[in-house]
Amino acid sequence: MRRTLGIAAPVALLLTIAAFGSLPSSAAAHRGQAPEAGSTAITGVLVELEDRPISGVEIGVSQEGVDIGTDTSDEAGRWRVEVPGAGTYQVTLNVGTLPEGVGLRNPDLATLDRVRVREGIEKPVRFLLGERRVERVSVTERLANLTLEGLRLGIILAVASIGLSLIFAVTGLTNFAHGELVTFGALVAWFLSTGAGGPGWPLILATLVTIPICGVLGYAHERLVFRPLRRRRSGTVALIVVTIGLGLFLRNWFLILFEGRPRGYDEYTVQVGLDLPLVSPRAKDLAIIAAGAFVLAGYALVLQRTRLGTAMRAVSDNRELAASSGIDVDRIIVLTWSGGAALAGLGGIFAGISDNVQFDMGFGLLLLMFAAVVVGGLGTAYGPLVGGLIIGISSQVSTYWISTKYRLAVSLVALILAVLLRPQGILGKKERIG
Amino acid sequence: MDFVEVLASSLRAALGPAAAAFAIATLGLNVQYGYTGLLNFGHVAFLMTGAYGTAITVDQGGSLWLGIAVGLAASVVLAMIYGLPTLRLRADYLAIVTIAGGEVLRVIIRSGGEDSLTRGVFGIQGFANEFFDLNPIANGRYGWGRFSFSERSLWVLLVGWVLFALLAALVARLVHSPWGRVLRSIREDEDAASSLGKNVFVYKLQSLALGGAIGAVAGIVIAIERQSVNPDSYLPVGTFTAYALLILGGAGTRLGPFVGSLTYWFVIEFTDSVLRQGQTNGWIPTSVIDTTDLGAVRFMLVGLALMLLAAFRPQGLLGNREEVLLDAR
Repeated sequence: MRRTLGIAAPVALLLTIAAFGSLPSSAAAHRGQAPEAGSTAITGVLVELEDRPISGVEIGVSQEGVDIGTDTSDEAGRWRVEVPGAGTYQVTLNVGTLPEGVGLRNPDLATLDRVRVREGIEKPVRFLLGERRVERVSVTERLANLTLEGLRLGIILAVASIGLSLIFAVTGLTNFAHGELVTFGALVAWFLSTGAGGPGWPLILATLVTIPICGVLGYAHERLVFRPLRRRRSGTVALIVVTIGLGLFLRNWFLILFEGRPRGYDEYTVQVGLDLPLVSPRAKDLAIIAAGAFVLAGYALVLQRTRLGTAMRAVSDNRELAASSGIDVDRIIVLTWSGGAALAGLGGIFAGISDNVQFDMGFGLLLLMFAAVVVGGLGTAYGPLVGGLIIGISSQVSTYWISTKYRLAVSLVALILAVLLRPQGILGKKERIG
Repeated sequence: MDFVEVLASSLRAALGPAAAAFAIATLGLNVQYGYTGLLNFGHVAFLMTGAYGTAITVDQGGSLWLGIAVGLAASVVLAMIYGLPTLRLRADYLAIVTIAGGEVLRVIIRSGGEDSLTRGVFGIQGFANEFFDLNPIANGRYGWGRFSFSERSLWVLLVGWVLFALLAALVARLVHSPWGRVLRSIREDEDAASSLGKNVFVYKLQSLALGGAIGAVAGIVIAIERQSVNPDSYLPVGTFTAYALLILGGAGTRLGPFVGSLTYWFVIEFTDSVLRQGQTNGWIPTSVIDTTDLGAVRFMLVGLALMLLAAFRPQGLLGNREEVLLDAR
């Protein structure tokens, strides 16, 4: 639908310009046939797209509800209605008299409301005919498309922010540098697939290689930075400031490496929307939603059905109790960091496919990810899924009523409201917040 | 390597109008975080409110002095809006919500069109002529070589540093009064302060308002110096920089903001100059770092400094290890 709109609009515009451009000539042609010089009338020529004249169509002229006159278009498509004098008239094309297969290009313009006629002038007006190309976008279609876009954004947020919530759950750290893990994934995949000087692999291969690389970065975070700090008993605030500094450091390093302008992946860049019943997603949107859902399902499976998942849930519930029951907490923490970073990187690749790759794309998503995690429940395992979908869908659908400039503000207001009204989030337990 | 030039340039940055403004901003943050322990990560919004309050008032026809009053009042209102819902939250939630609140405000300011009240992305310019009309310094450059200022910059920096001195003295008096002692007790142990009958919430709100108003003064100084306000000058990285300055100098100390700002600007400009000279002399190949990357290198250093300070020397240059919040749980 969006594709046909994209073609119809410029075509209609061009034809309107052409119509106005050719009006003098049609008026001149008319004047050659006009009955008396100095008569006041409204005239027109009805033609289709390839200048095929349409005859037998009734045109009516009225003024403030009073019928002035009608005419029927002749074999050349011409029609003419005389009017008593200067003034403003309404010209209506009787769509019932249109031949089979021909319609008004824009059905809303069956009546031209303010045709101003000057004394002694034959005023030409134009009705654009042709196959119906201009489809009005129905409310349902628009909302359905926005919801689908929101679903895509929500899945990206969910996948990317699992790490944020789980790391808080097992170590109590609010990582303000989590966005950089997301950016890192997108950048590495970019280098492997599209970057000059890189191997130029297909994006899917690059993704499969990038995911474990991101896991290694997460491992490095834990072993090199945060475990030593935990051993030194650094407080919550100190750790937060460390993550702020780390984020600043990484972000600007990415800026030096990748430069400031946004760039896309070689494959899957420009795609046209598919013409489905209600919606018109791009193929990559569907792919991201499917792949993301698959990953999230796998995540849930690991959490519920494997020993590792059970151990993770135990540590996030109560670290001391888990340790006393024999779980190697340090190993769980390392695995959580690696897994969380890998998922964040995958989320970054999804975001890069969906839009563009940029040095601060993760930081831009960070506030949205905080919103998703807080709304869903900071420190819960499934909170990011619930919160991500809520934030993603609500922020996209809200653009139906609110300008897109405010889209980020909408999510942040949701975050603030969540913190005020239900700080533990949808899935959180009430005692978590102090 | 022209060390004289590098030194002169660095001194100029350390004493210049921007350093004075940053010192004032950090002073405000010191009240909120250094003395009361509020992890306010939306501080840059106070600078923005002060600056925009002033600029919009002048743009709509008021005088600059009225504008300054409006800017200060607006920042106190912002402190109320920030504080009322969030002051009972834990540190990390307060951090998240204050960043979010600041960004919401910035997005709203940014979204207007050219004819709107805030003029959206175009910003407002040229509103500070009344200030420069008062400049008693004659035209010319004052100083030696690179370490020199135009009469405009000199005027701004004089006013800025005098303002800083006055405000710092005020803050020092307040902090060593009974009111200030309550603030510091809140920082150390909120429950203990509350159990002694102090209305912790009201004290926190007052601390937020005072720190916010001081932040607004800083924003106004910067806006007057540049004669321009623009929403993209008030990104979260401004707050992070203020934290870096504060922790560097020593949070919760009287001279911390001063030392922090001086040191930060000196070191940053020093590094910038050395790198630039290294490029022109060919020591650093442009493939590694080119001129457009200088800003990024600067922020990498800020990030690194924040990490190292928070981990190894949370009390900064002047601070007292026992008094430092960074160590607390």
